[in-house]
Amino acid sequence: MALNKKKLSALNDLQTIREMIKRHKKNDLAFAALGMFVIASLTITLIVLFLDLVLDGYPKFTLDFFGNFPSRRAARAGILSAWVGSSLVLIVTFFVAVPLGIAAGVYLEEYSKKNWFADIIEINVSNLAGVPSIIYGLLALGLFVYSFGLGQSILTAGLTLALLMLPIVIVSTREAIRAIPVHIREAAYAVGATKWQVVINHIVQYSYGGILTGVIIGMARAIGETAPLITIGALTFIAFLPPSPVTIEPPFLNLEWLNAGFTVLPIQMFNWISRPQHAFHINAAATGAVIIILTALMNGAAIKLRYNIRKKIKW
Amino acid sequence: MSEPIISARLSKNFRRNIMERFIEFSLLCSAAFAVFITSAIVYVLVSEAIPFFQHVSIYEFLTDTVWTPNYSIKHYGILPLVSGTLTTTFIALIVAVPLGTITAIYLSEFATHKVRETIKPILELLVGVPTVVFGYFALMLVTPMLQKIYPDLTTFNMLGPGIVMGVMIVPYIASLAEDSMRAVPMAMREGAYAMGATRFQTSIRVITPAAISGIVAAYILAISRAVGETMIVAIAAGQQPNFTFNPVESAATITSYIVSVALGDLEHGGIGYQSIFAAGLTLLVMTLLLNILGHMTRKKFAERY
Amino acid sequence: MVTEKNKHNEIVKAESKDLNFFYADGTQALKKINLPVYENKITALIGPSGCGKSTFLRSFNRMHDLYPGNKYEGEIILYPDNTNILDKKVDPIEVRMRISMVFQKPNPFPKSIFENVAYGLRVRGESNKRMLDDKVEDALKGASLWNEVKDRLHDLAFNLSGGQQQRLCIARALATEPEIMLFDEPTSALDPIATVNIEELMSELKKKLSILIVTHNMQQAARISDYTAYMYLGELVEHDDTNKIFTNPSKKETEDYITGKFG
Repeated sequence: MALNKKKLSALNDLQTIREMIKRHKKNDLAFAALGMFVIASLTITLIVLFLDLVLDGYPKFTLDFFGNFPSRRAARAGILSAWVGSSLVLIVTFFVAVPLGIAAGVYLEEYSKKNWFADIIEINVSNLAGVPSIIYGLLALGLFVYSFGLGQSILTAGLTLALLMLPIVIVSTREAIRAIPVHIREAAYAVGATKWQVVINHIVQYSYGGILTGVIIGMARAIGETAPLITIGALTFIAFLPPSPVTIEPPFLNLEWLNAGFTVLPIQMFNWISRPQHAFHINAAATGAVIIILTALMNGAAIKLRYNIRKKIKW
Repeated sequence: MSEPIISARLSKNFRRNIMERFIEFSLLCSAAFAVFITSAIVYVLVSEAIPFFQHVSIYEFLTDTVWTPNYSIKHYGILPLVSGTLTTTFIALIVAVPLGTITAIYLSEFATHKVRETIKPILELLVGVPTVVFGYFALMLVTPMLQKIYPDLTTFNMLGPGIVMGVMIVPYIASLAEDSMRAVPMAMREGAYAMGATRFQTSIRVITPAAISGIVAAYILAISRAVGETMIVAIAAGQQPNFTFNPVESAATITSYIVSVALGDLEHGGIGYQSIFAAGLTLLVMTLLLNILGHMTRKKFAERY
Repeated sequence: MVTEKNKHNEIVKAESKDLNFFYADGTQALKKINLPVYENKITALIGPSGCGKSTFLRSFNRMHDLYPGNKYEGEIILYPDNTNILDKKVDPIEVRMRISMVFQKPNPFPKSIFENVAYGLRVRGESNKRMLDDKVEDALKGASLWNEVKDRLHDLAFNLSGGQQQRLCIARALATEPEIMLFDEPTSALDPIATVNIEELMSELKKKLSILIVTHNMQQAARISDYTAYMYLGELVEHDDTNKIFTNPSKKETEDYITGKFG
């Protein structure tokens, strides 16, 4: 009798347990649905953002828009000086930030010994990544524009964005280098390579893809960066092009463009947003569409590249 | 021992060593450049802010509730800018903390490998959207939508840009918090599952508490982002300093004040010029404190596992 | 110039003298090791994990110099020029150019087969295409890999099988015509057939150079080596003819290890 009762209660218990599990599983399902919902909303936001710009700016997707200077009349205004300016500024940024960033990353991973100096550099790099971009603008205003007397030039803008991009390049270089196993380094040392030979023949070559990913992401960020360039005083009406970097006569390269005034795509966009007339807002949307397509393409390429690297190299 | 051979070798080694040292030194200089930038930032901000503080007492700066350095009747109280900054940041957090945390838990504990690999790129694309574009979005789309719900809302307000800023920092919180959750050892999950816990119970009762300091660090770093964000508020919140915490009013943040001054004619060395460095210094101190706090919390978490 | 010989009239190629080694954290990994390496012979190092045999091997090409804080005491003399290769004044790179190494796991560079073998020559400044071609071919033949890869020298080395990769690493070490080759458990990551290939290759290689090998596998030591050294807890317990070690060791500890009573 007692035994029977025990069995019964065990059965009852099993029943309650099953019901409980059912309830708990509902929670699981509910949370999974919530998670999917949140992620779907984020994705939709991204799509709406993109469509909004493209649809608003659609009437301006003409060759004229890319070939015209900004103008007081919205219908005639274009982004010629802005896209040329963006390209030239990015050239400066690239040639400053990439070599410096890779060199710094290589030093921190391959050369630096564990001491207080290495710690200071390390702390500095991680702090710089967290400094708001507008602070870089103030730095550039005080240092490049006034102390160095570079003015509101392409050079100043390029250097400013290079400072912003530097931590990104350093961090991605270090991560890519850290993925190279020790035994590859040892193999190179074992045949008699010097430290620099190991770095240049092996480390840099095998981390190339990872570094490139960081460079692309950094450049994509530089394209859209607005606040620091406004801070150096770059919001001006620019209806001319800088002197061409390439000339027909020797020496074929001309560096005067570095000192020229400029505007860039996001500043042009900001300028048009700030106007009260709706016609300018269309221009702003079209410019925004150009910026977001460029950055999305670049970020997409970086994501794809990283995926390929992860798939290709298995040490 | 044949002396000449050894010495020829040594001289070759000598040349090579000089070369190696030179390269190492150049690389060191590149790395030390980071220290130079930090020092330059501090130097420029402090040296331009000093004349400002010779003109304005720190007491006035921190307590006056009016900020009008560029008007004829000048007031130099940073509070209106701070109130704008805090209000927009707070709205952003209300949006980003739940969304970011849910996304992190979902990605870390619920999503399959394949789903995760699809979603993460979307988040990265969201991170890559330039802030000037987000600003357009806030002004042209979000605020008009909010005006339909709340017709009294002005064109420039803190609510719209605050919400958009929240969307912008969701991916930061999600990816940092997810990293922390995934760093929790598998054994802890297995322990929970072995006792019959469900996924949800494991996530909420075991993983989240275990990763809490990492998650909090993610929030702190996200706050720092929001405080330093410029273009969204400069475009959509108006640029008038206004001592208020009311999200439906327009206001200037520290960052958007710097932008608004830079947009005008800057008289180099004038009080207006100096005031943006004082504002910048305030911003740098705020973000620096947040970043240090965030990194310390993260480090403490990393040491635990 | 003194040429040291042992009782069988074999020439000593290198010799460690009272070698102590300390890792950066202060642990002493080698204690007063005295061990000769004979020319054209294979010397095997055996012993349980952590006994210091790999540490000892890696002292021969100054691999420990790559990590700061490591410290050597004593000497490793390389003959015939009597150079103490542990001397601070001797450049570790120069040592590595004379003494090459093959690692536990095949570790080819993610470059072409040709570039892997040619790399050691390139760091020596060799850039003559003809010369490189010849030497790479010789090295690949020496590592009995030539026939398998001669048609695809510019393929990525990662596409080779594990055993082929290890032979490629041997070719890479061989291309620079080293005086001594160090092998750190070269077959532990390979299947039995690839292992036999490598073992045969080593017997072939010793005609040209001296070999020092660390192995976990006692049968391997018995099969291929001429001399065997048994190490335990950083000390050299016994060193003798391989035959003698495996049939009639003079120390009880060696016998226990060989017969599997311990280890």
